Amino acid sequence: MKTRVLLVDDEEQFVDALSERLAIRDYEITSSVNGKDALEKIRQYNYDVVILDVAMPGTDGIEVLREIKKLKPLTEVIMLTGQGTVETAIEGMKLGAFDFLMKPCDTEELDTKIKKAFARKDEHEERIRAAMLNGSISSPRSVLEND
Amino acid sequence: MPLSIFSRLKPRFWDHEDAIGGPYRHHFDFRSIWKRAVLLIATVALVPLIIWALAGYRLHLDTTEAELKLRTSQLVSNSWRSVALFLSERRLVLDFIAHDHTFETLNDKAHLTAILDNLNKRFRGFTDLGLIDSTGIQQTYVGSHQLGGLDYSNEPWFRQVLKHGVYISELVLGYREEPHLDFAVKRDLPNGSFFVLRAALDAIKLNELIAQFEVGEKTDAFVINRAGVLQTPSRYYGSVFNQIPIRIPDYSPKAQVFESKNNKNERMVIGYADIPETPFILIIVKQKGELVQPWYKTGWAFTAILATSILMILLVTLAVASRLVDQIHAADQERVDTLHQAEYTHKMVSLGRLASGVAHEINNPLAIINEKAGHIKDIFTLTDSYAQNPKLIGLVDSVLATVKRCAEVTKGLLNFARHLNLSIQIIDLQEIASEVKGVLAKEAEFRSITVGVDISADIPPFESDRGKLEQIFFNLFNNAFATMKDGGHLEIMSKREDADFVSITFSDSGPGIAEADLKHVFEPFFYSRAGESRTGLGLAVTYALVQEIGGRVSVQSELGKGTRFNIRLPLKMPPEEQKDTGE
Repeated sequence: MKTRVLLVDDEEQFVDALSERLAIRDYEITSSVNGKDALEKIRQYNYDVVILDVAMPGTDGIEVLREIKKLKPLTEVIMLTGQGTVETAIEGMKLGAFDFLMKPCDTEELDTKIKKAFARKDEHEERIRAAMLNGSISSPRSVLEND
Repeated sequence: MPLSIFSRLKPRFWDHEDAIGGPYRHHFDFRSIWKRAVLLIATVALVPLIIWALAGYRLHLDTTEAELKLRTSQLVSNSWRSVALFLSERRLVLDFIAHDHTFETLNDKAHLTAILDNLNKRFRGFTDLGLIDSTGIQQTYVGSHQLGGLDYSNEPWFRQVLKHGVYISELVLGYREEPHLDFAVKRDLPNGSFFVLRAALDAIKLNELIAQFEVGEKTDAFVINRAGVLQTPSRYYGSVFNQIPIRIPDYSPKAQVFESKNNKNERMVIGYADIPETPFILIIVKQKGELVQPWYKTGWAFTAILATSILMILLVTLAVASRLVDQIHAADQERVDTLHQAEYTHKMVSLGRLASGVAHEINNPLAIINEKAGHIKDIFTLTDSYAQNPKLIGLVDSVLATVKRCAEVTKGLLNFARHLNLSIQIIDLQEIASEVKGVLAKEAEFRSITVGVDISADIPPFESDRGKLEQIFFNLFNNAFATMKDGGHLEIMSKREDADFVSITFSDSGPGIAEADLKHVFEPFFYSRAGESRTGLGLAVTYALVQEIGGRVSVQSELGKGTRFNIRLPLKMPPEEQKDTGE
């Protein structure tokens, strides 16, 4: 199964080019050009990894990230930042982002990070499955809290 | 030698050269300010002093002179009384003899001799007595000369006696060729006839009297007649019968004082009084120099005190003015420094706005170029649709590399331009260090760089801008990572410095910075000679950030031994910070 990736960025040309490039690298790519639309998509579909631009008009990256973690805690988020600010990155990490990248980013690096993110998600899901089998947890969130 | 003393005493503002100049230059001419201050203070202090001194001098001089004249006048009065008494006593006794005896008794030569003897026993100095009848013929004469039978009827003195009843002559030589005074009294007889009793008094007696006056060493007391001829010897004008060179004053029976000058042009005080019913004027001459002598002594002391006062005032004035202007100078220096600081800050803010604008505008297109070029490369390498063309791939790679280079620059510009509003929080340094360390943990692991964090426990929680502090930590971490080779060590140490400051030290084991470069490391786009890979803005940003939260950053380094950045942070935020500084 291909890794399901949602790419969120307000710059359409950027989204198009990157989507195609990631598609070449054998990902299942969905793209979105604003935060609201992205959240809608996340509600309706389970993505493995979300690549999220921090600076967007309307609902910005950090808000979207917060929502994602509420809606789908297991979905991993990689932050893309155009500003190169550490605060936003650290803020994002605190909120549960997997990692961050500065724009313009190196595609190979992005590729690596998506794979790592997916691996972690996979691992989490594995543990949840195991725990659910043992009946020792009530919800997936408690796994994260112990992590 | 005096030059070196001056250079040691010279106030700091003396050699001030104003860097600003321009239209406000005159505000900063400290020498002229100093000169004006000295002039003003000295004038205010000295003018009243000098006016007071001159007025006092004048007053004192006037008083002294008035007192001198009074003293001279008193001396004249006292002496005058003695001389007048001396002469009138002798006149009265003669008058008494003339009235106590009849013409006949007086005409008896033996009797007259007895009277002369008695007279000389009491009064001395009478050399002879003569009885003259109404025709002017001397009837009887007793005394040292043989002058009997002389006819005086045509002598002026005889006519005076007839007219006034009494006569005292000037100093005369007469028939006797000896200086003497003639006294004559007339007695009117009941039968309408009269006779005149005449006596001669040795002039020495009057000289003796005047010599007795205690008038002082340089004072001259003498008697003249109305023609200005000396009747007694004078200290200054010689012996009797000399004409004195002084103006003969108008008649005055009371003591009078006037000033005059002698032939040596020395000032004199002259006191005089006419002796009534005689041709005599008593004169006392004082040299003014002598009179004012005691005053000159006080005058010298007075002048010395005045000169000392003026000197002291001038010294104090110089000291006060120098100190004053020095303080103005210091304040002005501070102002200029502040101005430069503000100018610099302003420049940096403008630069920041520009950089941020450029970076933002360029970053997004750059990202697009990056993706498009990447896409081309993907197509070339990952699909078989296109023949693998190394030249094309080389070109695309070069586009990508250039994009990467541009991205580095925009990233640096943004970092530099970034000025967040202050977000004050309670700071836990340990937490920040761990956080930043965590962010870079992967790189550290990969390059086997060890990071030690040692935050002293005695640092109290303090307020600062957390975002900026994180950025500072991140920048210094990055800087250390960039300069160190793999396997290096970065040590972060923090301790409380004193009541108001904490210090944070970042010591890396990098190659160090050459001494010549040390002072430039905080300048934007400075690359050390070692040619390290840096964006060139990290340390400039760090410097600006530390300043913004009220701290100071300094650097020490030695080639081959690593670099140490020291940040000194206040435990209390400075009261006012620039809020709107960019973005």
